[in-house]
Amino acid sequence: MIRNLILSLLGLTAVGTAKAEWALNMPKGVTDLSQETYDLHMMGFWWCVGIGAIVFGVMIYSLFKHRKSSGVEPAKFSHSTTAEVIWTAIPVVILVLMAVPTAETMVKLEDSRDPDMSIVVTGYQWKWHYKYQDTGVAFYSSLAQSSLEARRKGAETDPFAVPNYLLDVDNPVVVPRGAKVRLLVTSNDVIHSWWVPDLAIKKDAIPGIVNETWFKANEIGTYRGQCTELCGKDHGYMPVVVEVVEPEAYEAWLQSRTENAAVAAN
Amino acid sequence: MTTAVADTLEEHHDDHGPAKGIGRWLFSTNHKDIGTMYLVFSLCMFFIGGAMAMVIRSELAIPGLQFVHPEFFNQMTTMHALIMVFGAVMPAFVGLANWMIPLMIGAPDMALPRMNNWSFWILPVAFGILLSTLFMPGGAPAGGWTMYPPLVLQTGDAFPFLIFSVHLMGISSIMGSINVIVTIINMRAPDMTLLKMPMFVWTWLITAYLLIAVMPVLAGAVTMLLTDQFFGTSFFLAAGGGDPVMFQHIFWFFGHPEVYIMILPAFGVVSEIIPTFSRKPLFGHDSMVYAASCIAFLSFIVWAHHMFTVGMPFTGQLFFMFATMLIAVPTGVKIFNWVATMWRGAMTFETPMLFSLAFVFLFTIGGFSGLMLALAPADVQYHDTYFVVAHFHYVLVPGSVFAIMAGAYYWLPKWTGHMYNETLGKIHFWTSTIFVNLTFFPMHFLGLAGMPRRIPDYSTQFADFNTIASIGAIGFGLSQLLFVAVLLTSKRGAKATAEVWDNPTTLEWTVPSPAPFHTFDTPPKLDDSVGFH
Repeated sequence: MIRNLILSLLGLTAVGTAKAEWALNMPKGVTDLSQETYDLHMMGFWWCVGIGAIVFGVMIYSLFKHRKSSGVEPAKFSHSTTAEVIWTAIPVVILVLMAVPTAETMVKLEDSRDPDMSIVVTGYQWKWHYKYQDTGVAFYSSLAQSSLEARRKGAETDPFAVPNYLLDVDNPVVVPRGAKVRLLVTSNDVIHSWWVPDLAIKKDAIPGIVNETWFKANEIGTYRGQCTELCGKDHGYMPVVVEVVEPEAYEAWLQSRTENAAVAAN
Repeated sequence: MTTAVADTLEEHHDDHGPAKGIGRWLFSTNHKDIGTMYLVFSLCMFFIGGAMAMVIRSELAIPGLQFVHPEFFNQMTTMHALIMVFGAVMPAFVGLANWMIPLMIGAPDMALPRMNNWSFWILPVAFGILLSTLFMPGGAPAGGWTMYPPLVLQTGDAFPFLIFSVHLMGISSIMGSINVIVTIINMRAPDMTLLKMPMFVWTWLITAYLLIAVMPVLAGAVTMLLTDQFFGTSFFLAAGGGDPVMFQHIFWFFGHPEVYIMILPAFGVVSEIIPTFSRKPLFGHDSMVYAASCIAFLSFIVWAHHMFTVGMPFTGQLFFMFATMLIAVPTGVKIFNWVATMWRGAMTFETPMLFSLAFVFLFTIGGFSGLMLALAPADVQYHDTYFVVAHFHYVLVPGSVFAIMAGAYYWLPKWTGHMYNETLGKIHFWTSTIFVNLTFFPMHFLGLAGMPRRIPDYSTQFADFNTIASIGAIGFGLSQLLFVAVLLTSKRGAKATAEVWDNPTTLEWTVPSPAPFHTFDTPPKLDDSVGFH
């Protein structure tokens, strides 16, 4: 609705059919912690809106009332210790109110103990490698063929005609719903960063360091993200795709992957 | 108002005006000429860095690659940032400092005039070197202005030139800030106690200390990059036992104070302008000084909030989150005090005031997104997305740059001796303000919706807001040509009086307009109306 309004205002009508959903706000995501992160974000946002309404309200009132053209005489006051104490103390209280729930969420985010499964995520220029711990499954995940043609400079293919342009890969990560998945994130060359907004996880992949993070997805679906740390010329072309499936489907996928690996080994 | 304006030319037989020809500028030791050179240099860099922003925004206007290759796109983002930070914003404030600090404290010149000359002339060399890398094999640096290893070590022939130019910029900044500190501490008019100093002088004093503290840290960090690349060290290379994250810690120990280096003098400028056009003294002058000092102190203990995703220990994250949130308190005090200064004043809305008011509004919006970014779990989502791009452009463009514009309009009549074209100035203000919001406000939405920064192409759901931002950016870029028009026509306006504005209180308004080549050969006497009490 709004999009079409803006587009028509700007006279931009070249909207294709393959456009993914359009968003104004952070996604609520599909994990408990992504929901909490979203709530923290909205808490911060509404505090800012509230403070902004008061400060800008006073300022706008003053801009209209206290102007020379309306014939006012300027007041002479230049300080008030009471006022200074009040507007130092109130922000401190607000900050404490914001800090407490934030710290609680941080404690949960850090708790990667007792995972159901672990995946080693390794960044390369410019693709991801996934290795499922304790299984033989390991594979590279690169930008999908469908985006490759359209991403070239001066390409004939219209990006709008490509489904999930730049956000699709050849081999997605597959994880079971409801499992606590621990990610061990590292890199083989420069620093990358593994991000899926719907999982509210972003972790830098740093050579020589193994970072740890985790998620537990509550809903099946395909969740897309990108590398978020500048890693060279194709930084914009190494997406992350996570498919959350039912546990049975995951077992079947794992089975077929393992067999493929065995065939390849023979 | 003070009366003791030295009539220099008649008192000193050995005195002289400016030298003739190019020598006047090459060998200048005059704070006004050097200030002018800094400001002109800064404006040139503003347009060069701005042209790079136009390349970036043109490429991002619609999905797909239309104009440049990804390699060149990364060179543009990297160079745009380096040029705007070190070439446009910082030299502009040094230029204002050079021109105005001696005039505001009643000093005849900067304390170390030859070093002043040197610290300026290093800059064109530094940026000549930096810009020349665009034509080198492998192109200009493309690893981001933050120069994170190991990526930055993949830079082509440009790499040592990048390091050397950063060293030169640092040397220039350090010399400039030594000069500011020595001038302020030693050359104030006899009755000007520290707490009687105008806010612009105060914020610059604090900024100068920040610069001296952190520029050597940056120099150290880039020197370690240099030895990692050429001399076999492994400070930041994991394969040799080094730690890439250590660079980020060192860089942001410089980088976060650097943010305040670019905003504190802006606070100073608007703290001069708002009282003048409200016809009322600055509210809470002393608490403004304490707030600025608090911000400067806190800037040293918040650096790792740029690094919430690198895998810091939990307690480290908590510390940096709490420390970062604390910055909101002194910053809030500043904003509340500006509003209290306007309150029950008698405001008029000339161009400098308009830019200052927009500064208060829009810098506050940048402050709000900064507060949201401080919340570590939310920052994990915001980090390295367009939300961050929106945040720091709000504090840097309608923040620092608007304050520089405000200062330029405010003091232009003092510099040229003529009133600038007010209508043109107002058009410049309104177009800038509309387009700056059109450019940067949609970027909040882009970031929240999941668009990473520093990418040359994006998925199609980000298309609409990117188009809007690009339209805004081109409009903002073109609007700045109006500022050039204001400058070019600045000598055509009516003769300016010494006071220029309606009863301003600081010392620079006691010397004639244009300010004579030499001012305050004898220190002025302050009477009670000078200062802020």
